[in-house]
Amino acid sequence: MREDLAPEVAPRLAEELGLKLAEYEKVVEILGRTPSLTELYMYSLMWSEHCSYKHSRKALRMFPSEGEHVLQGPGENAGVIGVGDGWALAFKMESHNHPSAIEPYQGAATGIGGIIRDIFTMGARPIASLDSLRFGTLGKPRQRYLFEGAVAGIGGYGNCLGVPTVGGEVYFDDAYEGNCLINAMSLGIMREERLMRAVAAGPGNLVLLIGSTTGRDGIGGASTLASQEFDEKAEDKRPSVQVGDPFEEKLLIEACLELLDEELLVGLGDLGAAGLTSSASEMASRGGVGLDIDVTTIPAREEAMKPFEFMVSESQERMLAVVEPEKLAAAQAVCTKWGLRSTVIGTVTDTGRFVVREGDEVVADMPAVTLAHDAPIYDPAMTRPAYLDEVQAFDPVTLGHPETPGALSDMLLRLLASPNICSRRWIWQQYDHQVMLNTVVLPGSDAAVLRIGDTGRGEVTGRGIAVSSDCNGRYCYLDPYLGAQIAFAEAARNVACSGGHPAAITDCLNFGNPEKPEVFWTFHESVRGLSDACRAFGVPVISGNVSFYNESFGQPIYPTPTVGLVGVLDDVSKHCTLSFKAEGDVIVLLGETENEIGGSEYLKLAHGIVSGRPPALDLELEQAVQHSVLAAIDAGILRSAHDCSEGGLAVTLAECCIAGGLGADVHLGDELPLYGALFSETQSRVVVTTLPQDAERLIELALVHEIPYAVIGTVGGGSLRVEDAVDVTLQQMREAWEPALERALEDVT
Amino acid sequence: MRFGVVVFPGSNCEQDVVHAVEVLGFEAGYIWHGDTDISGYGAIVLPGGFSYGDYIRCGAVARFSPVMAEVVRFAERGGPVIGICNGFQILTEAHLLPGALLRNRGLKFICRETTLRVEESACQWMDAEAGTVLRIPINHNEGNYICDPAALERMQSAGQIVLRYCEPDGSRAPGGSAPNGALDDIAGICNEGGNVFGLMPHPERVVDPVVGGTDGQGVFESIARRIQEVAG
Repeated sequence: MREDLAPEVAPRLAEELGLKLAEYEKVVEILGRTPSLTELYMYSLMWSEHCSYKHSRKALRMFPSEGEHVLQGPGENAGVIGVGDGWALAFKMESHNHPSAIEPYQGAATGIGGIIRDIFTMGARPIASLDSLRFGTLGKPRQRYLFEGAVAGIGGYGNCLGVPTVGGEVYFDDAYEGNCLINAMSLGIMREERLMRAVAAGPGNLVLLIGSTTGRDGIGGASTLASQEFDEKAEDKRPSVQVGDPFEEKLLIEACLELLDEELLVGLGDLGAAGLTSSASEMASRGGVGLDIDVTTIPAREEAMKPFEFMVSESQERMLAVVEPEKLAAAQAVCTKWGLRSTVIGTVTDTGRFVVREGDEVVADMPAVTLAHDAPIYDPAMTRPAYLDEVQAFDPVTLGHPETPGALSDMLLRLLASPNICSRRWIWQQYDHQVMLNTVVLPGSDAAVLRIGDTGRGEVTGRGIAVSSDCNGRYCYLDPYLGAQIAFAEAARNVACSGGHPAAITDCLNFGNPEKPEVFWTFHESVRGLSDACRAFGVPVISGNVSFYNESFGQPIYPTPTVGLVGVLDDVSKHCTLSFKAEGDVIVLLGETENEIGGSEYLKLAHGIVSGRPPALDLELEQAVQHSVLAAIDAGILRSAHDCSEGGLAVTLAECCIAGGLGADVHLGDELPLYGALFSETQSRVVVTTLPQDAERLIELALVHEIPYAVIGTVGGGSLRVEDAVDVTLQQMREAWEPALERALEDVT
Repeated sequence: MRFGVVVFPGSNCEQDVVHAVEVLGFEAGYIWHGDTDISGYGAIVLPGGFSYGDYIRCGAVARFSPVMAEVVRFAERGGPVIGICNGFQILTEAHLLPGALLRNRGLKFICRETTLRVEESACQWMDAEAGTVLRIPINHNEGNYICDPAALERMQSAGQIVLRYCEPDGSRAPGGSAPNGALDDIAGICNEGGNVFGLMPHPERVVDPVVGGTDGQGVFESIARRIQEVAG
């Protein structure tokens, strides 16, 4: 055993690597001696927040993780649900916030690469990605640079892979200025019996490293980058950002799926955060085995690399497989066919110890399970933030509001042109959203709808899935419990409006520094809110990711628990879209508007403030509204469905008009002041249309589900007219909504 | 009728092409880039994607792969070959078609539906009448077609321009209708024999009605009809 760290130096290095003194002492206790340099690096990464979830683990136990669809819950590279007829869907969402805030193109690109590896590691062919993005406002050049770079990176990587990017969302708010969010969700399809787990087993089996060479890139990504806040030294962390090679990843997908098809592997894991250390120790501890790895066998990208550098490098596009010796030749032949390097770097042992050698010399030797599972679990202190009393006490109704038809029409057009509401075409036009020929509903509707099938194998079905990712960070800032519930409710509503029955979610929980009691309280409340919503709907959480330390200069982002929800369609042809379909169709509002403008886009736009209480949410009503929509879609009587969210009913109607190229005449007949009726963001509302002869059946469904409803108008004409308050032409709405994002980016002054 | 779909490392639309032609009732098989035997296929498809990563000029490496020598021989004997997107780029690199494809004018990747006008041409892959407007999506970063003036004139007079980007009514906007900035709005061209066809739009994406339109069906049906006629 190489003793290369003096007992008095080791604690200082441990601190530099992000370990607390007590954590260092625990390492010493486990080993019974001073750790070696390699061991210290390995522990510091595996026990970083990013890898160990040491601050969040207890709270996450609140999530329900079981349900009728679940084949694999949290704890693996991705969760898996059954979607009918023996087909299984693997999916997960993950953050790549910190790398992207430093180098947006590569940060976002490698974020896609990482989440897609998680999917095919499970044995599933990746079939779609979604991206949930948050930036500061586009008036600032750096924010434009980050936004454009991230979108280009997502496209550059995903397009090359041939995995369609089918949906997502983006918000611009000053709260994300110092710390943008790049959350990527990927989904993959497989036959149920193909489900693969990242487990090392069978002492004597070989450990095979497949894919790229290993360099010094990305060293410390999980600890010094992902698990610390940003300060003035952020730029110095650029070398910790990895660089992606989508071509190599495309070959890895094909080779790994072929290796699994031919049953040549015992286990498969991907190398993500903390590289080989994480992948190998997790596979070993799941299998209850040990590993013996010789770093001199690892193909190096650079000269004179040290053992610890091999072990913690985050070089991209690498996979770790466990192979029986007699199948090695066949497995390597598949890799060679795809032009991929494959190298035996070690063996599975029965000792339970993770041994790292440099040639004959042992440089690290520790119980494998302690790396993956013995990180300390914290119970962080929580305090309700002081700001909440102030913002929640504020009543925005007391402000001045537009009343005249001219002012209300003008406000609608301003909302349509807001970067938080306007057309996202500029983004999704840069993404291949059609490859694989399963995209039934293109980006721009409430949810992406995909046909289930593996077109490459000639296996297509009539079944489908609908997917949406959602989170309004302002609501979560104003009330984390309620905000997280609304994130869930909106994702489910979007999926329901598309015809999907909500089945399971993944999440990406983006928060500030968990060691600050006020931040941790918002995290805890969000998890509690999301758990309660999931339980009310009977929809489990099957995978997810926590991203802490999203702060810059001590200022945390809005709490942003992004929800990625998947729903199932038994018959994909019965999906529904948001566009108005034909003149004369009857417009019905399911649900009922209250005057709730706290935290609304209207309030931000009209008065420049983010305050008040977010809209209330009644989970029972929400569910009843969604069930009505689904029942109507299943009965074939809905021509369109679109949920009310940012910008309120007026924006919802305008979006239906723009998408369908048709106007509408609307009469609300409620008692609310007009600005509230138009722009309130009351939850549990859906605007639907139906043929006049089907209107009665629709109303019956609303009555059966005991939800409020109102017949509010008819589709037709070239303008949207609401009472005497709003009168805007299709042309005006299009001109406001369609080019707004491009204009915001070109507005270089 | 059996289509042979070439798979280069980095191709990513090969499965879509196979799905599309199977939807139309034809057969298809994959041809690995290292293969040198392409017998048994009525027509060869070079699909979209990023062959060999396309880290240098698109298609510049693919044209040197073993299978391409056979594809060139097949084309020179009059065999039908279609290059879609990256396949079109490869065909120009292999000099089976004139010109080159530069980066899109806006320097951004574009994935969207386009409207295309069918021109009077000798193309064996296009039976639709001249003037027909087709709706077929594009999906590329380098689709900005360019060639020298002499080549353009030769193609004009020989009927080698097959598809032009156009407005939905079939007209061409004064400043050009090509979203990528292509010369003369060119979206697809063929060789003088009409057997080799290269185009940036993806007809295979609009064959199966479940995921969009059906305007791409004609491309595969045209060549199948043609082959049947020649055989029969």
